[in-house]
This record gives sequence, structure tokens and C-alpha cells, in this order.
Amino acid sequence: MALTLQFVPYDDIESLDTNSRIEKLLTIVKNKSVVLMEGRLKPEEETKLIKKTMQEITRTFKGIELCTIFPEEKNLDLFKKLKKNFASMILGDREGITIIGPASVVKEIRRDPNKIQLFTFDIKK
Amino acid sequence: MSAVSHIPHETREVHVKEQIVIKHKGKELTFNLIDTPGIATKIDYEDFMKYKLSKKRSKQRAKEATKGVVEAIQWLDDMDVVIVVLDSTENPYSQVNITIIGNLVARKIPLLIAANKIDLRHAKIKKIESAFPQYDVVGISALKGANMEEFYESLFRIVR
Repeated sequence: MALTLQFVPYDDIESLDTNSRIEKLLTIVKNKSVVLMEGRLKPEEETKLIKKTMQEITRTFKGIELCTIFPEEKNLDLFKKLKKNFASMILGDREGITIIGPASVVKEIRRDPNKIQLFTFDIKK
Repeated sequence: MSAVSHIPHETREVHVKEQIVIKHKGKELTFNLIDTPGIATKIDYEDFMKYKLSKKRSKQRAKEATKGVVEAIQWLDDMDVVIVVLDSTENPYSQVNITIIGNLVARKIPLLIAANKIDLRHAKIKKIESAFPQYDVVGISALKGANMEEFYESLFRIVR
């Protein structure tokens, strides 16, 4: 059986409040799909996502694996830093990518600064 | 404050100890210590069964652990300073670490990263320092009580 990645453009969550954003993302994950979201949640929203996940754990829903990739600021010269800060002002939380997978499907997301590895369980029907 | 065990999620409820006093190099610090369960994004009762716990006890432990994580997150709202204890033998780039530290920074709560288990040969403090270069990282061994002088020094520095 194939692993389903569901792309969520930032436009789809931009107008939603925190609770609705979390609800939308968790609904996809509970359907055993991996969310590939454009941009990132705010740190407080990520924390609320973890809290809500814990409150919803059941025998079949065992939680999530979560990972955010965000452009690194290291080793940038002053001009590039200014350019990046300007881009961040315009793009806001649209920068980066967020991956959220169901813990029953995604065993581990291993993250090093420059790469991400997604380890999955054998998917049963 | 909490018991130590090889089974994950040994601390499943918040422990509060009031009026702790640390005296260090002529300075004194009085505070209330809140020891919270570790924060996780997944809890599977079947994982506890691998440690030879019965199904019933595993399910109970999972239930208490999820409640503990929720409680730990709620306590974050009321902290003046947070000591984030990371295992220096593990990869520090876990999203839980990044999320919680990001959350504390967003709330402007001062934090100190304690890189625990430095007594183990495969401990890598440098990796934690490079993962979180903007924060104070101090290597300790809670088991052996190693490097506590430097830990207190850092603690006094951030609560100043």
C-alpha cells in the first residue's frame, strides 16, 4: 500500500484560527496521510498541536511525528541577511515546510540541519 | 525529584517543590521547582509492553503519560525560567525540542539547556551547542552530580 502525502498550501490555512488549523491538520493525519504543509505554524500553535494530539490519543491514533524545515540563517553575509529578513517580512509564516505524519505510519522523522529522513512502518490495509 | 526508570514516561505527573534555596559563591536564589513530565508527540501503550508490563498496566501508563504531557504544556504558561534537560547521547534536532524551545523564546521566557548524561562516552554536547547556538548549554550528569558548579553559575546568570 502506498504512503499518501497530502499537500496543504498556506492559503488553505491562512484565514483559519489556531483551533481550526489544528483540527484541519489532525483530520488529515488521522486518515493516515502525511501532511506536507507550505510554511509553518507559529511556535505556540505547534505546542497546541502537540497538546491536542495528546488529548485525542486512542487505541488507533497513537500520536504524530512532526518536523519543520526552515531556511537556515547561518553563514549568510550582511547583504543576504538583509535580503532574507525582507523576504521573511513579506512571506511571514509561509516560509519553510512542515511535515506531520501519523505515528502509526511514520516511525521517525530524523532531522539533521541539511536533510530529513522519513522512516515508515510497514503499512497495513 | 522524580523516580528514574528504564521504562519511558516514568514521570507522568507534575511535581512541585517549594522554597528551594541555592547558595553559590555568596549569592542566594530562592525558587519553586516544577518538575514536569517530558513532552512527547506520540504515546503507544504497546511500547510499554516491550518492557514486560501487562497490557492493562501499559494502557494505564499510556493514559497517565498523555495526561502528563498536557499538564506539562499547561505549566509552560506560568514559568519564570525553564531548564530544558536534553539527553546528550541523542540527536538534539528533534521537533519537540525545537517546538518547545521556540515556544519559550516566543514568550520571552529565559531558558537554560542542560545537556544531561555527559558521563557517557557517546555524549555529544557539541552537537547540542551547534543545534541551539543562541542559548546557554551546560553539560551535566544528573546521575553522578558532575559539573554542577557550572550549572549553578549558568542558572544565576540567566535569572539575573
